[in-house]
Amino acid sequence: MTDFFQLVFSGMATGSIYALAALGFTLLWQASGTVNFAQGEFVMLPAFTLLAFAALGLPLSLAFLATCVVAVVVLGWGFKRGIADPLLRHGLMPIVVATIGLAIAARNGVRAGYSAEAHPFPAIFTDTLFKFGGVTVTLADIGTLAIALALVLGTQAFLSKTVTGRAMQAVAQNTESATVLGINVPRMIFYAFAINAILACAAALLVTPTYLAKFDMGEGLGTKAFFAAIIGGFNNSRGALLGGIIVGVGENLASAYISPAYKDAVALVLFMVVILFKPQGLLGKKVERKV
Amino acid sequence: MSPLKRLPLLAMLAILGVLLVAPPFLKNYGVYLFSYWLVYVIATMGLNLTIGYAGQKSLGHAAFFGIGAYTVAILMKAGVSFWLGLPLAMAGCFAIGLALGFPALRVQALYLAFATLGFNTAVWLVMRNEEWLTGGTFGINGIARPSVFGLSLDKPLAYYYFVLVTTLVLAALQWKLLSSPWGKAFTALRDNPIRAESLGVDTRRYTLLAFAIGAAYAGAAGALFASLVEFIEPAPFTVGASIMMYLMVVVGGSGYFFGPWLGAAVGVLLPEWLRFAQAWYLFVFGAAVVALMLWLPDGLLSIPDRLRARRQARQASAQRAAAAANVKGQQA
Repeated sequence: MTDFFQLVFSGMATGSIYALAALGFTLLWQASGTVNFAQGEFVMLPAFTLLAFAALGLPLSLAFLATCVVAVVVLGWGFKRGIADPLLRHGLMPIVVATIGLAIAARNGVRAGYSAEAHPFPAIFTDTLFKFGGVTVTLADIGTLAIALALVLGTQAFLSKTVTGRAMQAVAQNTESATVLGINVPRMIFYAFAINAILACAAALLVTPTYLAKFDMGEGLGTKAFFAAIIGGFNNSRGALLGGIIVGVGENLASAYISPAYKDAVALVLFMVVILFKPQGLLGKKVERKV
Repeated sequence: MSPLKRLPLLAMLAILGVLLVAPPFLKNYGVYLFSYWLVYVIATMGLNLTIGYAGQKSLGHAAFFGIGAYTVAILMKAGVSFWLGLPLAMAGCFAIGLALGFPALRVQALYLAFATLGFNTAVWLVMRNEEWLTGGTFGINGIARPSVFGLSLDKPLAYYYFVLVTTLVLAALQWKLLSSPWGKAFTALRDNPIRAESLGVDTRRYTLLAFAIGAAYAGAAGALFASLVEFIEPAPFTVGASIMMYLMVVVGGSGYFFGPWLGAAVGVLLPEWLRFAQAWYLFVFGAAVVALMLWLPDGLLSIPDRLRARRQARQASAQRAAAAANVKGQQA
């Protein structure tokens, strides 16, 4: 039984990282209808940026801040202006294809231009172990879960409690009425892109010490973030957290009790079950088709 | 307008001529590349039916490609003839396409993309893990090439012509399908599913069929692929490969009959020739896809359409100007 709790706990830690990526994904979708297939690469790129700043001699905290700034400019503003804005008016398919192209370019750009090797990444937590009634947990798991939860709940609070956050929700629900009410719609959409970039940086900081910085580290991460987002409910930010943790825990349990070889199929099975019975996701609202 | 008229008939005949005449002058590797390209043309023709004509986003096409390849490889290892394996591979993919599409097509657009993507991962895991069936990462080697009426297709050139004939037959079948009322229903679906439904097209049945037929094409391509490379392992059937196929269709021009021919050339032939710079090629390819979406969201084959539209717009504005000048002249 202690094994079980241990697996659940470390699964929750991994899952909370999926949740960070998934939350950014749902935010972009709600704010602008952008579906970002390069979400995993949005985690990989900050990991390498942070390594570059650290190589310049910056301490980890400053390097992280600098990475966040660069990410907001490039992955937030640049991505919005350069790719999302011009393509969104053509519907869903061009933006899906363009972000897939972006993912391929980012992955192979890093591989060809920098390195195809896996690079060690500074850990933010020490290797301390804790015991709670026979259950061993690492400080890294506790810290990861705590930071990720704080970020997701903080984003939630920002969206529901602050004026800016509520304006962003208004834009997500009905762009036209939001415009009429005097909300600066493009700015609110930019905020969503900026938050996505910062969440991706945080995910990079938390996940890279175990995953190692590698050009293809985003591949699995991005897919799981999508599944997590859909399982939880594509149009609900809280769903991202739930979905992420379900996927993380499910994977851990399946690889221990069923077969580690099929770990990567867990997210798919959960996803298939969810869309068969509740296509809008566990916490999502049903959207009717419009003629 | 019929899709065939989009590309002048002469250009088509010229390309066909090159495909018939050029290979004997090439080295074995060149012939191999041409066959390789045609195999991907068949696979992406199927995907084009799903994406371009029925408007469904499928990111799991390489799974069907792989199922076709493994079906033929396993059957031939068990002593079954290629000529039985090929139709079985197609039928198998068709059936699996129906089974997968049924739940996935309940929900629209993006969900199908994710469902097929996940399906691809699952199929790939089976190929990699179930060693008793698929040989795992060691794959299956020594897959023989078939012979036809006692004529051996072992030689690269003979096999190339076999693949070429198969490609042309499958292309003709698709052409027939698209110009039949069925095909019209497919395009009606893509352009406006709700209108199509209100006109009495059973949307679900047609999307499901388009998806399953696309899968069967991939199965045929997989069967030819297994015999062409004579050795299969899980690597060519990953999610990444599916995404590449999707991009090939889009780059060539989805919904254009000849889109896959061009797209497969960009996606398969060019990287083979530029192997020494593979990572940079993929970087440029990815960046080019982004640029293409920004400037030509309908793919490369939309260039002639675009030029024609621009010329017509210019002529129309010239006529308007002339008419206006005429009116002014009469008034003066």
